[in-house]
Amino acid sequence: MKAYHKVLMLIASLSLGLLFLFPMWKIYLKAPQYPEGLEMHIWVNQIAGNSDGAIQNFNILNHYIGMEPIHADSFAELRIMPYIVIFFIVAGIVVALLGKRKLVLGWTVLLMVAGAAGILDFYLWLNKFGTNLDPSAPIKVPGMTYVPPLLGSKQLLNFDALSLPALGSLGIGLAILLAGLVYYFSRSTAQVKTAEKVTA
Amino acid sequence: MKSLFTTIKKAAPAAAFTLALAGGTALQGCSSGPGEGSATAAGVASDAAQAVYVAPGKHDEYYSFLSGGFNGQMSVYGLPSGRLLKIIPVFTQHGENGYGYSEESKAMLNTSHGFVPWDDLHHPKLSRTNGMTDGRWLFANGNNTPRVARVDLSTFETVEIMEIPNSAGNHCSPYPTDNNEYVIAGTRFSVPLDMKGGTADVSMDEYKDKFRGSISFIKVDQEKGDMELDFQILVPGFDYDLANGGKGPSSDWVFFTTYNTERSGTLKELGASQNDRDYLAAVNWKLAAKYAAEGKAKEMPAYYYHNKMDKDSHIAKSTIKKSVRYLLPEDCPGMMYLIPAPKSPHGIDVDPSGEHMVVSGKLAATIPVFSFSKMQEAIKNKSFDGEINGIPVFKYESVLKAEVPEPGLGPLHTEFDGKGNAYTSMFVSSEIVKWKLSDFTVVDRMPVYYSVGHLMIPGGDTHTPDGKYLVAMNKITKDRYLPTGPELAHSAQLIDISGEKMRMLLDFPTVAEPHYAQAIKADRVAPNSVKFYDLAKNKHPYAVKKESDASVTREGNIVRVKMTAIRSHMTPDNIEGVQVGDTVLFHVTNLEQDWDVPHGFAVMGANTAETLIMPGATQTLRWVPKKDGVFPFYCTDFCSALHQEMQGYIRVSPKGSKVPISFSTGKKKPAA
Repeated sequence: MKAYHKVLMLIASLSLGLLFLFPMWKIYLKAPQYPEGLEMHIWVNQIAGNSDGAIQNFNILNHYIGMEPIHADSFAELRIMPYIVIFFIVAGIVVALLGKRKLVLGWTVLLMVAGAAGILDFYLWLNKFGTNLDPSAPIKVPGMTYVPPLLGSKQLLNFDALSLPALGSLGIGLAILLAGLVYYFSRSTAQVKTAEKVTA
Repeated sequence: MKSLFTTIKKAAPAAAFTLALAGGTALQGCSSGPGEGSATAAGVASDAAQAVYVAPGKHDEYYSFLSGGFNGQMSVYGLPSGRLLKIIPVFTQHGENGYGYSEESKAMLNTSHGFVPWDDLHHPKLSRTNGMTDGRWLFANGNNTPRVARVDLSTFETVEIMEIPNSAGNHCSPYPTDNNEYVIAGTRFSVPLDMKGGTADVSMDEYKDKFRGSISFIKVDQEKGDMELDFQILVPGFDYDLANGGKGPSSDWVFFTTYNTERSGTLKELGASQNDRDYLAAVNWKLAAKYAAEGKAKEMPAYYYHNKMDKDSHIAKSTIKKSVRYLLPEDCPGMMYLIPAPKSPHGIDVDPSGEHMVVSGKLAATIPVFSFSKMQEAIKNKSFDGEINGIPVFKYESVLKAEVPEPGLGPLHTEFDGKGNAYTSMFVSSEIVKWKLSDFTVVDRMPVYYSVGHLMIPGGDTHTPDGKYLVAMNKITKDRYLPTGPELAHSAQLIDISGEKMRMLLDFPTVAEPHYAQAIKADRVAPNSVKFYDLAKNKHPYAVKKESDASVTREGNIVRVKMTAIRSHMTPDNIEGVQVGDTVLFHVTNLEQDWDVPHGFAVMGANTAETLIMPGATQTLRWVPKKDGVFPFYCTDFCSALHQEMQGYIRVSPKGSKVPISFSTGKKKPAA
């Protein structure tokens, strides 16, 4: 691997740091009486919103339909995920320093698996919250569930819910993309090295 | 028009009155519909509807603050639409939100005379930075029981009220200097001061010898706005009517109109109208402050209240002040002068350049305009015509710049557009008169309906007026609106003053009696408007910040309920163990942290108003049950879809009952 490959790999691993600076996912709610919008921000280590009271406001609205209140404490993921991200960053730096192409591939695949697992976990949570409703809730609409969309928009009673990945997820995407490029571009160097070995 | 006024001018005032009335009657003959306002459409701009139309969802360009007069409150209207946005309670209890009723806010209305739940609010004045309105605070006077209030414009709430000692009829108040160094308040009634903080028990026959006026200098904290009475000047026993601060070259000075310089103690409508000239008092406030700082001030015992609302607990606290410093003009040369001004002058208004002092003599035939530079000359040349209580009196001509001829009848107040024009309200001839500061000639007239008092141009009393609109505040409405029995609304009329000719745009009824008003571009206030209070910063001693901390405890015969309110329930909502004659204090904390979700609280039979609790705040309702039974309480502000369910019960048992204190929401909790 050439020097610039190593630098790219370094950038790939460091771009995961965006997860600590920006939310991974955002759920936007819109309704006539919420002209300013109500947003839930899912971070790697916390659940927040566009204002300090946002989660309380979500829970107030949700309690009418019998949804379980959302508390950051109830998600073990929020405690574990930061370590996983740190692991990937450190491992990525080591991979960059070692400059081993196969390790780059391994790191990338592992990161893709972890990302997919994260999205699956998120999907399962959405389903759990959206369907596991208190039977004694004040508002019951027969057949209605309140699973917010994983991606895209959906009408939930008076709210228009829109769900989109945020800048934090861009960090994962960037990491996968850059590491993939390193793997791809370092191909010729690897071939040359193999050729050198053969001729030697 | 001009010839009419020449005629009127020559005639006796009584004849003029008759003529004006006759004119009104003649006009009423041409009313457009049965019982509708005379001259309904006369003078109304053809595009008036478009000019004042603010489409649904759009905001007004200006906030205007119209005093409520005898309702003791302040009304906030958007301009140009004339839409009422809020009534800010200041000096009067306000059942609508519990101001002056709740345990927290009651202390705001404490005075040395006890709890005074009403006043007469005349003059709102916006705080200033570099002579411009800055949108931070609004000061206002209580006329009847002399007080000055401060409203915080980030919350639109009254946060401070200070009583003014040695004053009676705090009309000439409050006037902030260019950088809020001082807010100045003069007394309308002179009273016999006992020099112990009260009025002396003397015969009214002793008016001339014993009665004195006072001008108070209230220091304002530059950061927080907190007021403090720095000192007073004890002045001759006239009636001090209105004041206005200088600008630019005259910014160290404040001017006060006076009447009853005759010092009559009875039938003042005659007694105070004998002298052809009363005085415009000119006070160098910077020099006064210097004299006070240099030890010229004496101290006398006093007794007055200073009430402040704590911003973190929302609890008002009263402090009693027991002394006041005062200056005597005779000890302070150069501090105060008197300018003769025609017949019981009312308004004094200094133009944006600071050179012209315009005095509107309500009984005068012309509007005298005094010159600040001539006044400086006169001081230098000592062109005096005697003195009163050691205060030099100028020769009229030595300070007079010009007299505006034939302005109309009953000039009261003047404001400026910053483009070289002055606008004066004419009470008797019911019109706004526009005249030029360059040659002092009248250039335009606009009839208003009827009997205009103050007028207001946004920033029209500062050195940078915003000469787009003028608001005329009219005392009489008669046929202008649908009749509502004998008690009718007063009105405000919005006039476009951006062009050569004034154009009538809008007419809207107002709450109670607006005297003066202020207005400011919305973008200097709106961005700072608080949406809700941060629950984490709530320092109320009985606030509960989560439902699990809600409690009911007995302390002797006081039962303290620490309650929470959040959509759509109160915790606790079942309370038992209260006995007849207990004092129940409901400390209700609104746990919401969202915009526009107040909760209200009321309990059946409470001898007080509801309390309206803003998100993040705590308010207390006091209730003394007089009979046993079960009493419901509920949320009074339609907060949510299940607002009607936001209610609870409190059980009251006979005195000495064995029912223990218990409380719950949803399921029973063990007894506390």
